[in-house]
Amino acid sequence: MKILVCISHVPDTTSKINFTDGDTKFDTNGVQFVINPNDEFGLTRAMWFKEKQGASVDVVNVGGPETEPTLRKALAIGADTAIRVNAEAKDGYQVAKELAKVVKDGGYDLVIAGRESIDYNGAMVPGMLAEMVDANFVTNCISLEVDGTNAKAVREIDGGKESVSTTLPLVIGGQKGLVEESDLRIPNMRGIMMARKKPLNVVEPNGASTETGTVKFEKPAPKGEVTLVAPDNLDELVNLLHNEAKVI
Amino acid sequence: MSILVYTESENGTFKKAAFEVASYAKAVADQMGTSVTAVAVNVNDTSELGKYGVDKVLNVSNDGLAKFNAKSYASVLSQAAKQEGSKVVVLSQSADSKYLAPLLSVSLDAGYASNVVAAPTSTSPFTVKRTAFTNKAFNFTTIDTDIKIVGVSNNSFGLVENSASASSEDFSPEITSSGVTVESVDKVTDKVTIADAEIVVSAGRGLKGPENWGMVEELADVLGAATACSKPVSDLGWRPHSEHVGQTGKPVASNLYIAIGISGAIQHLAGINASKVKVVINTDPEAPFFKAADYGVVGDAFEVVPQLIEKLKAFKAANA
Ligand SMILES: Cc1cc2nc3c(=O)[nH]c(=O)nc-3n(C[C@H](O)[C@H](O)[C@H](O)COP(=O)(O)OP(=O)(O)OC[C@H]3O[C@@H](n4cnc5c(N)ncnc54)[C@H](O)[C@@H]3O)c2cc1C
Repeated sequence: MKILVCISHVPDTTSKINFTDGDTKFDTNGVQFVINPNDEFGLTRAMWFKEKQGASVDVVNVGGPETEPTLRKALAIGADTAIRVNAEAKDGYQVAKELAKVVKDGGYDLVIAGRESIDYNGAMVPGMLAEMVDANFVTNCISLEVDGTNAKAVREIDGGKESVSTTLPLVIGGQKGLVEESDLRIPNMRGIMMARKKPLNVVEPNGASTETGTVKFEKPAPKGEVTLVAPDNLDELVNLLHNEAKVI
Repeated sequence: MSILVYTESENGTFKKAAFEVASYAKAVADQMGTSVTAVAVNVNDTSELGKYGVDKVLNVSNDGLAKFNAKSYASVLSQAAKQEGSKVVVLSQSADSKYLAPLLSVSLDAGYASNVVAAPTSTSPFTVKRTAFTNKAFNFTTIDTDIKIVGVSNNSFGLVENSASASSEDFSPEITSSGVTVESVDKVTDKVTIADAEIVVSAGRGLKGPENWGMVEELADVLGAATACSKPVSDLGWRPHSEHVGQTGKPVASNLYIAIGISGAIQHLAGINASKVKVVINTDPEAPFFKAADYGVVGDAFEVVPQLIEKLKAFKAANA
C-alpha cells in the first residue's frame, strides 16, 4: 500500500498570534512551527500500517523552504520520503489542487490528512482533494483499518460516532483517535540522523489559482475584567447569569 | 439567482442550526436583492422555515438519503444550486455540513469560506468575516468565484425572525451512489450535543477522578446543558474523547460555558473562546482562566458545585 500523509506546517499551539503588513500577513517572528496535531495522529497511524501491514509512507507539504524542518521531523518519526511542493500556500483550493497532482503522479492508495489545520481551520483540503482525484473520503476519522482494498473507518459525528465501510483509493481527514496521544513518537537521535539522509524532493507547483483571498486579519477585542463572586454568595452568581448576562 | 440554503434535519425535523443558516441566508438575500430557497431532505413539515425568511423550499424525499452521506448530499445541493442558478450557497458548520462542503465546492467550482461568524461585510467583492487560528483572530476573506459557499459557525449569527411564508415544491434530484457506506451509528439521543448546546458544563483535572463527575452531570442536567472536559481528562480516560474540547478537540460556541477545575491553558481557551459568557470555578485565583472569564468563583469545586446545583434548582422552581 502506498500512503501519502499531508503535513501542514503550523504555529505551535502556545504561539502568540500577531500580524504584519497592515494586518494582512501572519507574523512568524519568534513563532515555533510544528506538525499540525491532527496530521501527527495520521502520520503515526501511517507508521503503524508500515510496520504491521507493510506500506510505504511519503509525506507532503505545500510551502516554501521554511517548512522543511517540519518535513524532516516527519522523516525522523519514520516516513520514507518527503515531498515539498514549492509554492506559498494561499487557500484550501490551491493547496488541494497542488496535492491532487502529487497524488495522481505518485499513484497513492491512501492519503491521510488532518481534519483541519490549527492555523486557518479551513477543513477544506482533504475533501477537496478527494473530490479532485475521485477518491472516497471520510473526515473526522477516529479509527481506520485497511484490508486489501477494503477499509473500515469510524467517523466522529455530532453527539456520537458512525462506522463506515469504503474502498481504496481513499482520503482521510484524521484526528486524535486514529492513534492515542500516548502513541505519538518523539523522534530519537537515530531517527533524526537517518532523516538527514532520506530524500526530500522539491517539486515545482503546477501554478494552481486561488478561489479566496485574505483582505485582513483582526484580533478579538480585549476582554473586560472578570466579575468575582464569593463562594458563599452563589445566589448572586445565579442572579448575574439571569439578569445581567441573560443566559439562564 | 436565489440564495440557496441547506437546512439540516434529523429524524424528519429541522435542527436549530437550520433556522440559523436560514436567517443568515435571508440577510444575504436582502443585501443582494434576491430571495431564499432552502433544500430540505426528508423533512415532514417545512413550513417553519418561512418564519426565518425562506421564500421557497425544495423538498427532497428519498429513502436513498435516509442516512447522511456526504457525497450524495453534496450532489443533491449541487443539482439544486444549478436548477436555481444560485450564486451563494449557505450551510452550517455541523460535522455533516463540514463534511460535504468541500465536495460541493469542487463540484460547483465554488470558493468556500468556513467558520463565518457575521453577515458579509460587502457583497462585491464578496467578503466575509471568519475565525482563524482557533478563535485567536478573525480573517476577512473574499470569495472570488462566480458561485460562493458560506459555512456559518453555529450560534454565531443567531435566529432572526421574519414574517414570511415559504412555498414548497418537490425536488427529485438524481441520487448519486457513494463509495462510503454507513454501517452503524452510535449516537446518544437523550443528551444535547456540544455542537447544539446553548450551555456547556465542562470540567478538568481539578476534579481528581472520574468518580467525581456525578455533580458535573447533575449541574448539566439542571441547566439542560451538554457536558465537556479538558484534554488531559479524556487522555486519562476519565471521560470519552468525544467530550474533549479545545484547540485539538471540539470547538465550543455556546451562550454559557462553565469551567470547573480547568486551569485555562491557551489551547483550552482557544477552543472555547467563541462562547458568549464564561464562568470559571477554581481554587487557584491565579489560574489563567480568570483572565478569560466573565464571572469567576475562587473556591473548591466540591463545595461550590453542589451548592450551585441547589441554587439553580430553586431558581428554576421559582421561574417555572
Ligand atoms: C499541542 C497541544 C494541544 C492541546 N490541546 C488541548 C485542547 O484541545 N484542550 C485542552 O483542554 N487542552 C489542550 N492541551 C493541554 C493544555 O495545555 C492543558 O494541559 C490542559 O488544558 C489542562 O487541563 P486542566 O485544566 O484540566 O488541568 P490542569 O492544568 O491540571 O488544571 C487543573 C485546575 O484545577 C484546579 N483545581 C484543583 N483542585 C480543584 C478543586 N477542588 N476545585 C476547583 N478547582 C480545582 C487547579 O487550580 C487547576 O487550575 C493541549 C496541549 C498541547 C501541547
